[in-house]
Amino acid sequence: MQLRHHLILTGTAAGLIAAGPAAAQSVDLSITVPRLSVAEYHKPYVAVYLEATGAPARTLSIWYDVAKAKNEGRKWLNEVRGWWRASGRTGNYVSDGSSGATRAPGVQKISINAARLGGLKPGQYTLVVEAAREVGGREVVRLPFSWPLRPGQTIQAAGKTELGAVSATFKP
Amino acid sequence: MTTLRARLLAAALGTVAIAAPLQAHRLWVLPSTTIVSGDDDWITFDAAASNDLFFPDHQPLRAEPAVIQPDGTPGKVEHVNIGQYRATFDLHMVQKGTYKLVVQNGGVMGSFKLDGKEQRLPRGTKPDQLATAIPAGATDVKLTESINRNEVFVTAGAPTQTVLKPTGVGLELVPVTHPNDLVAGEPATFRFTADGKPAAKLTITVIPGGSRYRKSVDEKTFITDAAGQVAISWPAAGMYWINATTTTPSAAIPNADKRMSYTAVLEVLQP
Repeated sequence: MQLRHHLILTGTAAGLIAAGPAAAQSVDLSITVPRLSVAEYHKPYVAVYLEATGAPARTLSIWYDVAKAKNEGRKWLNEVRGWWRASGRTGNYVSDGSSGATRAPGVQKISINAARLGGLKPGQYTLVVEAAREVGGREVVRLPFSWPLRPGQTIQAAGKTELGAVSATFKP
Repeated sequence: MTTLRARLLAAALGTVAIAAPLQAHRLWVLPSTTIVSGDDDWITFDAAASNDLFFPDHQPLRAEPAVIQPDGTPGKVEHVNIGQYRATFDLHMVQKGTYKLVVQNGGVMGSFKLDGKEQRLPRGTKPDQLATAIPAGATDVKLTESINRNEVFVTAGAPTQTVLKPTGVGLELVPVTHPNDLVAGEPATFRFTADGKPAAKLTITVIPGGSRYRKSVDEKTFITDAAGQVAISWPAAGMYWINATTTTPSAAIPNADKRMSYTAVLEVLQP
């Protein structure tokens, strides 16, 4: 909760000069799932969502036990507490293509396409990555940014327990 | 048994009719969780009156709670078991939305003298039964009307509003903040009504669970404003017991008081 995140904004000079509505069209995410030495390890449920003041949160990706019979994996989705409250409980994440299987420790890459980012109004946003692990902990990493972004801009932060380095690169 | 039940009832009500120490027994219905996200979920409940919250050490709840389903229709708890110290039952979440479990009791408590001997009214006597319950020639009639509500809210999926509508009977919590959307560090606003009217200057007692493992009960009180509204702050995540009592003149029985109490167990989550 009292996590200190580094926020590093990088951008090319060209990007800075080419001001205007050169909005990024997709975002490439890199999420490090740390390898943990614990007695009982389960791969974490991870939610990636977008928060903005005065607007409903938007689920970009949710990793859970999708393969379980009778959708039993969904029973534990509310353990990803922040996401469940902000977006999960009202969202249609099951059918909208944002859900996927849990992932193993290591650097995991996902790409969010333009359609999923479409319709963002200029303003302040936070990209939230939240991980919750069965018989384990929960951690939230927040990456604030302002939209529209410069193409090529990267935002990054890191967790301390359930998440490692997290970065997002916006592609034109 | 009757004595025990009467004492349990009195303890649950926190009425002043019985010696003060018995008020320490607090009635609670404790859900295993208040929020589920699956497609076929169950929530299990413990229910008891005890000294420490939520440590069953005294009496089980002996009544089966009424269930109001998200669509407003009555539902049912299952697997009811009344043990020595606690009752347990389960709720099958067959609809999406917010459910309310209600244990409501009350009636008229009182005594009268007949031929010089004091007699007590049977438990659960209703105001309209008084004419036959009190024989002609009775003297020293002392009556108190009471109504007590004990509620729990649980939600499958997204919270809904249907079950939050007050009935207009007794002391009730009318949520402004949804009772299944409580987070530590975010104050929750509730409105209290007594027989449908705003319950102003009502003292709300809030006690976090796990008092057995603390040196003090850590109870906090909050007082409602003229509109019956109060903002309650939660210092930490956990299960909380909240309670309020009030006394007004009875509308049903002349020269009698009406005692009303409201109790709920609320879950506060981490942000």
